[in-house]
Amino acid sequence: MLPMDHVIALSAILFTIGVLGVATRRNLIVMLMSIELMLNAVNLAFVGFNRIWSQVEGMPVIDGQIFVLMVIAVAAAEVAVGLGILLSLFRNRDSVNVEEVNLLKW
Amino acid sequence: MVDIGTESDLLRWIPLLPLLVATYHGISIGLLRRPAPPRVAALLSCAAVLASFVLACIAFRDLLALPDDARLLVDDVYTWIGAGIGSQALSAEVSFQFDPLSAVMTLIVTFVGSMIHIYSIGYMEDDHRDDKGVQRFFCYLNLFTFAMLVLVLSDNLVLMFLGWEGVGLCSYLLIGFWYSDRFNAFCGSKAFIVNRIGDFGFLIGLFLLFGALADLGHPAVSFAGIRAQLDGLLQMSIAVPAWMPFAPDWKLVNVIGLCFFVGACGKSAQIPLYVWLPDAMAGPTPVSALIHAATMVTAGVYMVCRLSFLYAVAPEASAVIAWTGAITALVAATIAIAQNDIKKVLAYSTVSQLGYMFLAAGCGGYTAAIFHLGTHAFFKALLFLGAGAVILAMHHEQDMQKMGGLWRRLRATRWVFLIGVCTIAGFPPLSGFFSKDEILVSAWASQVPGHTWLYGIGLATAGVTAFYMFRLWYLTFCGECRAPAEVRSHIHDPNGFVVNPLRVLAFFSIVAGVAGLPQVWGDLISIEDSNSLANFLKPALAAVEPHAIEHQTELWMAFSAVAIALLGTGAAWLLYLRRPRVPAWLAAHFSVVYRALVNKYYVDEVYDAVFVRPLVALSDRVLYRIVDAGWIDGIGVNGMARSIRAFAANGLKYAQSGLTQSYVFFMIVGAVAIVSYLLDWLR
Repeated sequence: MLPMDHVIALSAILFTIGVLGVATRRNLIVMLMSIELMLNAVNLAFVGFNRIWSQVEGMPVIDGQIFVLMVIAVAAAEVAVGLGILLSLFRNRDSVNVEEVNLLKW
Repeated sequence: MVDIGTESDLLRWIPLLPLLVATYHGISIGLLRRPAPPRVAALLSCAAVLASFVLACIAFRDLLALPDDARLLVDDVYTWIGAGIGSQALSAEVSFQFDPLSAVMTLIVTFVGSMIHIYSIGYMEDDHRDDKGVQRFFCYLNLFTFAMLVLVLSDNLVLMFLGWEGVGLCSYLLIGFWYSDRFNAFCGSKAFIVNRIGDFGFLIGLFLLFGALADLGHPAVSFAGIRAQLDGLLQMSIAVPAWMPFAPDWKLVNVIGLCFFVGACGKSAQIPLYVWLPDAMAGPTPVSALIHAATMVTAGVYMVCRLSFLYAVAPEASAVIAWTGAITALVAATIAIAQNDIKKVLAYSTVSQLGYMFLAAGCGGYTAAIFHLGTHAFFKALLFLGAGAVILAMHHEQDMQKMGGLWRRLRATRWVFLIGVCTIAGFPPLSGFFSKDEILVSAWASQVPGHTWLYGIGLATAGVTAFYMFRLWYLTFCGECRAPAEVRSHIHDPNGFVVNPLRVLAFFSIVAGVAGLPQVWGDLISIEDSNSLANFLKPALAAVEPHAIEHQTELWMAFSAVAIALLGTGAAWLLYLRRPRVPAWLAAHFSVVYRALVNKYYVDEVYDAVFVRPLVALSDRVLYRIVDAGWIDGIGVNGMARSIRAFAANGLKYAQSGLTQSYVFFMIVGAVAIVSYLLDWLR
């Protein structure tokens, strides 16, 4: 069986990649993808921890798995909204570079 | 310890009926904006007060059916304020008691109140100064009746204070009833503010009493509860600063008694707080009769009598009451001599008569005070309503210099008015004679320092009273009519709603003396226990041991009172009927005295200069402009807002750069900070 610390380590690595992606890339599509990566890293951690706890308790705990379903649903909604914004942005500015979108400021 | 008393669910309805009608009027005027027709509204109000009177009579009958020493009806409605537990528990109940003292007061309030309500139907009929005026008027009048009944029926000080404030509020509303005239509104405010000073004293007394009873371990607010712990209270004293007289300890009962008396001074218009009552005449005349003569202003006297068990053991406080009352009686009577406004004369007369009642109460003659309270309610209501009839007949003219000769024109009013004048002047066998006599006897027989002087002042006041009342009589009803010709031809008696209550009140002014016929007169016509009022009230009032006084002396005192009243009447006859030019000559030759009297000893001016102006200046220049506008508003509220805005405009706004990357960066930093805090990385 897969050791749990490997699962958690993979989750941490994926999350860090996601964070770095959001922080460094200027392309809005890539930023959205990085956010998805972070969410799924968290999902991975959830199922991993769920498995740990179910082993410790000796009974089927499914809280973590349910939470993953919740996160997937929210992520789907978020992507829908985010891509909607992205589309209208592209139609107006012919670009998806976030550095060019800075009118809303002081 | 007072026994528990007999339960009676009747009592709560006595004050409740006027309240219900007042509420109906208030809702229909204020919320629905569809008040009942004036006549319907008026009749409804009268019916409520009359029903209260009937209920009071039934309760009175029930009370008389009980044995002498158990005459107490109680009606516990609900607990109003409950605080604390165990031995520190304090609960103020809404509960009513009907003992002999409350019975007398309730009957007076509901009966005189009914008469004045009926009178008001006729008086307010031609009032077109304000739309919905009649309905509003009766709404306030019923609300007042409710508050006054709560005041006299409550069995504890807290509920009594509710009634106390309620009558003050209604007084304010009714003085400024014709509020479109700024002067009336000013008079209402003056009455309210001066009363507030008195109420402050009342509250201080209340708190001192609470504190003392809590120290004794039995906090109580009901009269019976306070009375039960009188022995404990008597042992207590209060430390005062060394520079005050009789330092370092004052007996607590004296201090509490004086605090309550400050409240009574405000409500019952005694020196130094009497200045609001003459100005209260700005209200409609039935209001002057009901509130500012017969009922509300006697609340202070009632309170002193209600707390008689306290005052009976506080001789110093009682002496202050007696002397204040006596001086007020004389000073107000002298001011009344020089007034030309018919209602002002009666107002000062009321102040003077209230002084009489306090003189009696301070001297321990609590029954005499209540007796005079009752007879005064009849004859002063009669005089005020009579004056109202005169004012109606003269088309709202109040200056006596423009009256005169009404004897031939007001055939229905003249006799009842003359009865009122003779009653207050103290001619036997009218009721005023007996009650005034009782007061003078109790002053003579009392233990108060200088009691013979008190008697002398009372006697002198009786003479002055007769003088100014007959001056009023001669100026309005006798001599030639000085009104302008167009008014003169229209003078006629008012309608039946106005005249008939006068007849009823006149009847009671004559016969009310029978209720409290002093024993010395009863002996003359061989009636045992002739002073039925005193016997009836005895269980409810504390007794102060008077000096023994011989029957012979008492008769001589009655004789001298009548003699001095005749003297005053004769002087008025001489000056205002026989030699009408003499007053003007006197005024010219003793102009200092005359001007002092006309200007009411300049008391209003002195108060204005000493209290009002400095206070207004302090409030305006310091408290308003510097403290409120400068500090609280300027530095506090607006300053805070301004400084935050400046901080945001000069620094914080640059955080919103519009650069998504920087937002992401701050989010990550924030998330790391929160996680590091949660995981204790920084420790």
